[in-house]
Amino acid sequence: MTRTVQRRRVVITGMGTINPCGLTVPETWDNLLAGKSGISTIERFDITDFACKIAGQVKGFNPDLFIEKKEQKKMDIFIHYALGAAHEAWADAGFDQVQLTKAEREVFGVYIGSGIGGLSTIWDEANGYRGPRRTSPFFIPSLIVNLASGQASIKYGLQGPNSAVATACATGAHAIGDAARLIAFGYADRMMAGGSDSVINQLGVGGFAAMRALSTRNDEPERASRPFDVDRDGFVMAEGAGIVILEEYELAKARGAKIYAEVAGYGMSGDANHITTPAPEGEGGQRVMRAAIKDADIAPEEVGYVNMHGTSTPVGDKLECMAIRKVFGDHANRIKVSSTKSMHGHLLGAAGGLETIVAVKAVQTGKIPPTINVDHQDPECDLDVTANVAGTLDSEYVMNNGFGFGGTNGCLILRKV
Amino acid sequence: MADVRKKVIAIIAEQLAKPEDSISESSHFVDDLGADSLDTVEIIMAIEEAFSLEIPESEQEKIRTVGDAITYIEKHAKG
Repeated sequence: MTRTVQRRRVVITGMGTINPCGLTVPETWDNLLAGKSGISTIERFDITDFACKIAGQVKGFNPDLFIEKKEQKKMDIFIHYALGAAHEAWADAGFDQVQLTKAEREVFGVYIGSGIGGLSTIWDEANGYRGPRRTSPFFIPSLIVNLASGQASIKYGLQGPNSAVATACATGAHAIGDAARLIAFGYADRMMAGGSDSVINQLGVGGFAAMRALSTRNDEPERASRPFDVDRDGFVMAEGAGIVILEEYELAKARGAKIYAEVAGYGMSGDANHITTPAPEGEGGQRVMRAAIKDADIAPEEVGYVNMHGTSTPVGDKLECMAIRKVFGDHANRIKVSSTKSMHGHLLGAAGGLETIVAVKAVQTGKIPPTINVDHQDPECDLDVTANVAGTLDSEYVMNNGFGFGGTNGCLILRKV
Repeated sequence: MADVRKKVIAIIAEQLAKPEDSISESSHFVDDLGADSLDTVEIIMAIEEAFSLEIPESEQEKIRTVGDAITYIEKHAKG
C-alpha cells in the first residue's frame, strides 16, 4: 500500500534577530539598506597576539529582557542570542497575544541550529578547571548545540518536533528548510526555526585565523568585509541569531496572521571535495541552487535576487559567482545579488537565519540591501552585486545561499505572498 | 555562627538569583526557593568551595534546607 502525502504551503509569519547591525529586524533592515557596517575592533579579549583583531560584535544586548537572571548563567551566550531573537519573532507573529491550545502546542516545534555551540563556555570552563568536583552541573546543558531549541521549547511550551542542525555556515538555511518540510509534509503545523552562534573568543578567532580564513584588514574594520572586491582577504567573523516563525499557510491565513513570504523551495547538497575548499566551479553550489529551483517548481529566470553566501574569501566568492552563472545562464546578466555579510559579517550558523530574514524583507518590500566596500569589483565576480548602494527589485522569487565547511550547502527560495 | 548563616544565605541568594531577605534557615531549596536538582548540586559545590569542605555524596542528599547546610558546616568546617 502506498500513502499519498499532500504537500502543504509554508509561510513565514514572524521574524527576529540579534546581530552586529541591530537588535531587532527593523533596526537591522534600516542599517543594511543604509549600507552601515557593524564590524569593529574586538573588545572581548586581549587581541595582541592575534593576526585577526576585528569582528562583528553584538552591542547593547541585555539578556535581562529575555531570560530570568537565575537562568542566564545556565546558558552559553549563543543561547542568550537565540532567545533574544526568538522573543522578537514570537511577538512579531502575534503569539504573545494569543493562548495556544495544548493540541496546537503539540504540533508547534523548534528547530534552531548552531554551527559550533557553546565554545565560550568550554573555553571558560577549561581555563578555570579545578577538577571533577568543581565542574558545574550546568556545564553540559549550557553549551550543547540543541539547547537553544530546548530552552525555547521550555520557554514557550512548544511540544512539537524539537531538533537542531549543526552544518557549519549552512546551519541557518538548513534549519529553516528542514523545519519548513516538517510542516509541508504534516509532521508539524508551526515551527520556530533559525540559527545562533557566538564564538568571538580566543579559540574561535584563533581557530578560524589559523585556517587563514579571516580578514586581517585590522586598521579598517568597517571596510574589511568586502565580498566581490579584488582586495578581499577573508571573512570577518560575527555573532548573533536569526529566527523565523514558520506556519502552514491555511492556518496562518485563518488566524489573520501577517504573512511575510512563502518558503517556496529548498535544496541541499554536499561537495564531497574537501573539508574547507569548495568544489571546482562551485559544483556543490550549482547543485544546491538547482535543487531549490526544482523544489520550487519554477524556472531559474523567475528568481530576481540572490542573497549570496559571499563571505569575502578570495576563492569562495569567485566560485559562488561562477555557480550562479552556470545555473542561471543568460539570466545571470540580469539577476541581482548582494552579500550583506559586507555589513554584518559572517554569523556562521546564524548567517542563514539572518540572511533568510534579509531575503524575505527584500521580496516583501522590493528593496535590496547593498554589498558595501566594492571599490574595485573583481572581474571574476561579474554579477550585478548591488555595489555600495541599495537597489530595487520587482520579482516574485528570491534566493538565499548558505555553504558550510565540510562541503555542506543549503539554498532557500522565498516567494512574495 | 552568625557568619556561617550569613555566608550560606549569600551563596544561595547568588546561585538562585533571589534577594537575601527572602531566604531563611527553614527555606527548602526545592519547595521554597524553586531550585531544581541541578541547582541543588551547584549550591552544594559553592558551599564546599566557600568553606573548604568536601561533602560526601551520601551527606549531600541530606542537605535540603538552608538550616541543614548551616548545621553541616558548623559540624564539619575546619578552623
